[in-house]
Amino acid sequence: MAVTLPDATGAAGEELFAPSPAAGARTPPAAVRRSSIIARLRRRAVFLETFTWLYLIWSIIPIGIAVLFSFNSGKAQATWQGFSWRWYVTDPTQSVLHNAELHQAFVQTLVLAGLTTLITVPIGVAFAIGIDRWRTRTASALNFVMIFSFVVPELLLAIALFFVVTDLLHFLPLGTTAEVAGLVVWNLSWPAIVVRSRLVTIGRVYEEAAADLGASRLKALWRVLMPMLMPAIFASAVLVFAGVIDDFVIVEQLSSTAATQPVSVAIYSNVHGGLAGPALNALATLMLVISLVVAAIGYVGYRLMTRGERKNTAEALTTIAGM
Amino acid sequence: MSIASRVARPASEHRRARYVWAALAAPGAVWLILLFVIPFYVMLAVAAGQINLLFQTSVPVWNPVHWSGANFAAIWHDLVGPSSYIGPPAIRTVVYTAMASALSLVIAYPVAYFVARYAGRRKTLFLVLLIAPFWVSYMMRMLAWIDLLQQGGYVNKAFAFFHVPGGGVNFLGGQAVTVVLGLVYGYIPYLIVVLYAGLDRIDPSLLEAARDLGCSRTKTFLRVTLPLSRSTIIAGSFITVLPMLGDYYTNQLLSAAPGTTMIGNVIEGQLGQPGEQGQGAALALLLLVVLLVPMLYYSISTARASRQNI
Repeated sequence: MAVTLPDATGAAGEELFAPSPAAGARTPPAAVRRSSIIARLRRRAVFLETFTWLYLIWSIIPIGIAVLFSFNSGKAQATWQGFSWRWYVTDPTQSVLHNAELHQAFVQTLVLAGLTTLITVPIGVAFAIGIDRWRTRTASALNFVMIFSFVVPELLLAIALFFVVTDLLHFLPLGTTAEVAGLVVWNLSWPAIVVRSRLVTIGRVYEEAAADLGASRLKALWRVLMPMLMPAIFASAVLVFAGVIDDFVIVEQLSSTAATQPVSVAIYSNVHGGLAGPALNALATLMLVISLVVAAIGYVGYRLMTRGERKNTAEALTTIAGM
Repeated sequence: MSIASRVARPASEHRRARYVWAALAAPGAVWLILLFVIPFYVMLAVAAGQINLLFQTSVPVWNPVHWSGANFAAIWHDLVGPSSYIGPPAIRTVVYTAMASALSLVIAYPVAYFVARYAGRRKTLFLVLLIAPFWVSYMMRMLAWIDLLQQGGYVNKAFAFFHVPGGGVNFLGGQAVTVVLGLVYGYIPYLIVVLYAGLDRIDPSLLEAARDLGCSRTKTFLRVTLPLSRSTIIAGSFITVLPMLGDYYTNQLLSAAPGTTMIGNVIEGQLGQPGEQGQGAALALLLLVVLLVPMLYYSISTARASRQNI
């Protein structure tokens, strides 16, 4: 029954699906019966599998076509006119490189993503640790507010933020400052939730062991807990960065001029009229590439950091996606 | 805490530790209060405030004693009154959201179920493909469909090629179907990941037990898997329904016609109208109140779950 999978720490369920030819000789009867039931179930899942592939085609092919047409040499979105870098660099007025609006949007998105990640992750991690250990009514109330900020529809938060920065908090002017302030509060729940759930699984034994060995509370926190939290912190940084790249509503409400519009707003305001055409596809493709690189770094980094633990590929993938 | 460390640490040490934890939570707490709790109070102050008649700008009134209900009355009148113009978008919002989230669930559940239960060794491949749209921004996914659905786009070309009647349709010219499918396409990746995580947690031995005890496959699914995934389905539905109710960009991108406006468009429009900001704030608050029950339910069950784990 013992089958060596590419991923040696794979879940027990995965091994059940792959009985080796010689399995019967070495395994007890119960396991044989169990694996044959599942094998039969698996054979019958043809309908489900077809359905899944149809879904995947529906979900991925449109994006593939959009990427493809960012390399079209003509303006058309449904007639291939040959490969070119026109919409990325060569077109003197409409390419991402030479069109000021698109160029600025690209830079603005990266600035927002970088700044927001740098602020959100430390604050969120500290918040998660503080809330987890500071067991008072205030802490539960704050935790509740944090979770509530996770589910409130983004439009409502964005409008409330617009009013607060224009009517009360005048030190946060519309534009990059207000955008970052809003994005931080909208994304704060990622590190807070991801790190908190990691804290729960770690428990307090390691810190207590450190304390028993003479470490002060802060030293135990810094030398023992922090290294164990690193995978969760890293995963949440990836989530925040990707979340900001994807964000539209908050930045649309809080941007001031075209100079502070990120990619999502530039696409939204140009798609009907304006710069409609493959240049937008090129801009979106560039963001897609950055997102995928961040996701890949996130996945590889997470795997490296959790090397010593019994975690499988699926666990790493779902963590990087925020689950 | 072990007995040894409890003996070693006096009460003052515990009090000092409390300050450490409070200090750690402080920056996040300040941010949440300043930019999450207070903004909603400001929204209320604007909604219950006045209008500067000269500049047609809203003037928030901070003291609840001086609050006025004029904006709320105006919104209520627009919502249910004889000349209501918010009524139709409100009904449309509910109908679109209900259809789109039901359709998302019908598509997402079998996919998540297959990957969690039957994907076997190819689980990683399927997961990568399922999570891939997660990393493509919402705007790009809408842009992709705008390209495809144009009058000369591939969808119409495919209709013509297969001689399907109904070709040459202007899909982007105010079709409710386009908007609903756009919402499904936009929000389904989040639902699938939530459902997958929930279904994957179900212990396979429970299903084997049901099979060993004589349940058919259908019965096992109906009596074991489905009840066990109930809370996941509810959580996943919140994940799609709440943002859909506040969505104003999907219909704007895929139709831009007055016949498909939703409540989010009305709120957005009022905020951009001079003198109507207060009404926009009032309508936003009304939406918030309607959504308060599902949001509280979700927040409380999430908070309870994180407490139980400790």
